[in-house]
Amino acid sequence: MQIETPASSAGPFAHERSSIQRTMALVMLALLPATLFGFWQFGWPAIFLFFATIGTALLAESACLKLAGKPQRLYLLDGSALLAAWLLAVSLPPWAPWWIGAIGAVIAIVVAKHVFGGLGQNLFNPAMVARVALLISFPLEMTNYVQPMPLFSADAPGLMQSVGISLGQPGFDAVSGATLLSHVRTELSQGMSLSEIIPGIAHLVSGAVGTIAGSMGETSALLILLGGLFLLAKRVITWHTPVAMIGSLAILATLMNLYDPEQYAGALYHIVSGATLLVAFFIATDPVTSPVSKMGQILFGAGCGVLVYVIRTWAGYPEGVAFAILLMNACTPMIDHYIRPRIYGRDRRGTPIEYADNAEMRK
Amino acid sequence: MKLFKIRGGVHPHDNKHLAAGQAIENLPMPALLHIPLQQHIGAPAKPAVQRGQQVAKGELLALSQGAISAPVHAPTSGRVMGVGSYPAHHASGLSVRTVTLKPDGEDRWSDEIQGVPDPFALAPEEIAARVAAAGIVGMGGATFPSAVKLNLRTRYRLHTLVINGAECEPYLTCDDRLMREQAEEVIDGIRIMAHALGVDRIIVAIENNKPEAQAAMALAASMDPRIRIARLPTRYPMGSEKHLVQALTGRETPARGLTADIGVVVHNGATAFAVHEALRLGRPLVSRVVTVSGGAVSRPGNLRVPLGARVQDLLEHCGGFAQQPAQLISGGPMMGQPLPSTRVPMVKGSNGVLALTTAEVARHEPMPCIRCATCVQACPCGLVPLDMAAHTRAGDLDGAVSLGLMDCIGCGSCAYVCPAHIPLVQYFNYAKGEMAARGRAKQKMTETKRLAAQRTARMEAIKQAKREAMAKRKREAAAKKAAETAAADAAVMAPGAAADAAVMTPGAAAEPPATTAEA
Repeated sequence: MQIETPASSAGPFAHERSSIQRTMALVMLALLPATLFGFWQFGWPAIFLFFATIGTALLAESACLKLAGKPQRLYLLDGSALLAAWLLAVSLPPWAPWWIGAIGAVIAIVVAKHVFGGLGQNLFNPAMVARVALLISFPLEMTNYVQPMPLFSADAPGLMQSVGISLGQPGFDAVSGATLLSHVRTELSQGMSLSEIIPGIAHLVSGAVGTIAGSMGETSALLILLGGLFLLAKRVITWHTPVAMIGSLAILATLMNLYDPEQYAGALYHIVSGATLLVAFFIATDPVTSPVSKMGQILFGAGCGVLVYVIRTWAGYPEGVAFAILLMNACTPMIDHYIRPRIYGRDRRGTPIEYADNAEMRK
Repeated sequence: MKLFKIRGGVHPHDNKHLAAGQAIENLPMPALLHIPLQQHIGAPAKPAVQRGQQVAKGELLALSQGAISAPVHAPTSGRVMGVGSYPAHHASGLSVRTVTLKPDGEDRWSDEIQGVPDPFALAPEEIAARVAAAGIVGMGGATFPSAVKLNLRTRYRLHTLVINGAECEPYLTCDDRLMREQAEEVIDGIRIMAHALGVDRIIVAIENNKPEAQAAMALAASMDPRIRIARLPTRYPMGSEKHLVQALTGRETPARGLTADIGVVVHNGATAFAVHEALRLGRPLVSRVVTVSGGAVSRPGNLRVPLGARVQDLLEHCGGFAQQPAQLISGGPMMGQPLPSTRVPMVKGSNGVLALTTAEVARHEPMPCIRCATCVQACPCGLVPLDMAAHTRAGDLDGAVSLGLMDCIGCGSCAYVCPAHIPLVQYFNYAKGEMAARGRAKQKMTETKRLAAQRTARMEAIKQAKREAMAKRKREAAAKKAAETAAADAAVMAPGAAADAAVMTPGAAAEPPATTAEA
């Protein structure tokens, strides 16, 4: 019965059983309701775009792994490329042609991820890099939003028509619609007041439910919130980043709204419109590109919130989340350098704490 | 009593159910005992027996050496087969000096074993001396000689004795069983230690997953109003001395300090039991309770084993393996050490022998770090393990140290939660070992430099002495010659003698000034 075991391994000899695959799978599960709602709202063209994006991302990932000499099975199945492409896809205009998604996926995987060294090494969130790159390169395609036309409804395009839309052929009369953010911005610039642009609460309700024009998976604030709460419950993310981001955005919006209600929309408007919630729960919490300490995450989230408000209100784009995230991503290394948890038995500066009791016994 | 929050920590599946229900059994005396001479932190003990010698149970086998050391006693009566090398109870499997004893089956205590009727009548230093003589070391696994800690009174202002009954490592139940079954004795040992320390505040801290132990200890302690039972939340690493004290008092031990810096001394419950036996019965530490558990063990249980029994003896008593174990461990799964073989003997610090299955060990291929920061949240010391690991990996050990590497207690919480299964503890152990080696190398270099400088100085001094001696000789010779010349000069009056002197000393006349110049 005498056995000899290898003595090379060290503890701990137990594990929580978490894994990167599991984490990624939980995030995708949380995204699923909003994504399926997007499929239903925007029909076959959205579904084609989604799969074009993901398929291209996996091919690009595989090619990069091959070039880097990393094991395909282990890394391709870690779910990171799939998730990055998924997040990119839900942030695209739902009827964008397939090559928008494909180019975006290549940018996300090759440029934003593997050029930096692959999983865990990227400085910027790949989905947001791709979104911004596409927005700058293809402004027309990237701002061409359509009104929801639920799948199987009378106005929705058929399968063949959808293929045409995906290939970028005109021929189907879609009702293009402005997103709430761009609508408000345009009207404000025309000298209208907010009470004329958003006459009632109805706009906000449709924004929360998601029956408005918008990106494929961003329209339903409620379903995104549901996914976010699921991630919090599963401890995949902590409250610090989302609360700080939504909180700072809400505080700023409320203050400005109190200052001039006809010019500056309130907190609720900013929270339910655009990609605020998607970004707060799914992008700003991206572990790779956000700070590691809780204090750092609060700072990061607050910075995102402020930037989102500033860009939406005063800069050239109606929506500012992607820019806000990238700017804060660039600050992450600095935040991590300066904001660290306090070490046990030391003060914030790292010197051992002193008590009167036995201080004279110590040198 | 009121408890304070500690940071970080994890909630591993405690798996205590495997052995917690099993009462302590005595391990039948094995055919041979292998008793290592070093079962404590500090200098190894010096053998005091010879091959062939007959010893009684409790008789001294080896003497303690130095300020931090502990003697070793015979776990049973029998004949010394030899003092030689035997694989150590250590992951390396290297051999250490070991006394091999063949039990005679009588298990007869030495006649000299005698207890004290009233330990509380003894002076505190007398208690510490008896604890030292009994070879008692910290039985929670750290194996620091207990008497040294009982003497801290002389150097620190102490107010509280904390008994660590947290037993936060999964699987282990030996302290739980001991506190349940022998609460009276443990409490008695605690009171004796409090007397030695001169403290009037005693806290017995037990995790909430051991309600029976809490109840038994509370009952046994009811006659002493100084003793309070703290019911700790079940969380790893609650049993870490400094974190335990923080949970109980709300104060952190200064970095690089001892809990004594804030007036608290921590001892383990099993140590208290050993103190009771040493003082009341005069018995040295020759056995301890060990948990044998894990999914691969047929009949998990708690055994009182003579020191020097082999892991194999324990496993055989527990019915052997139900299935092939993936990992054999001494201690708990969080901080325990892999055992190189089942031949190694049990020592004073052994609290568990675990045989874990593949499913229990749950080892995966490591993936790249995704900076998810779960390790940061899990670290009870406020460190950023992922950054420390990155620096270590890049070979920047000074960077790792500046991030707090030396404040890491090696509890393994970070590696336990890491979704990428990165062996963080291995990184830190490597870095700590490397830093220690660098420290030693640096020390060696300064020592070499110092010796070289000394040698140069010494050689210089010898040369100088030689030169001086030579100069002295020359001066003396010159003086002698000068005296002779003077004598010759005195003889000028006699014409014949003057001519003689001039012929004999032409060189000598020129030499004195030259010698003077040289000197």
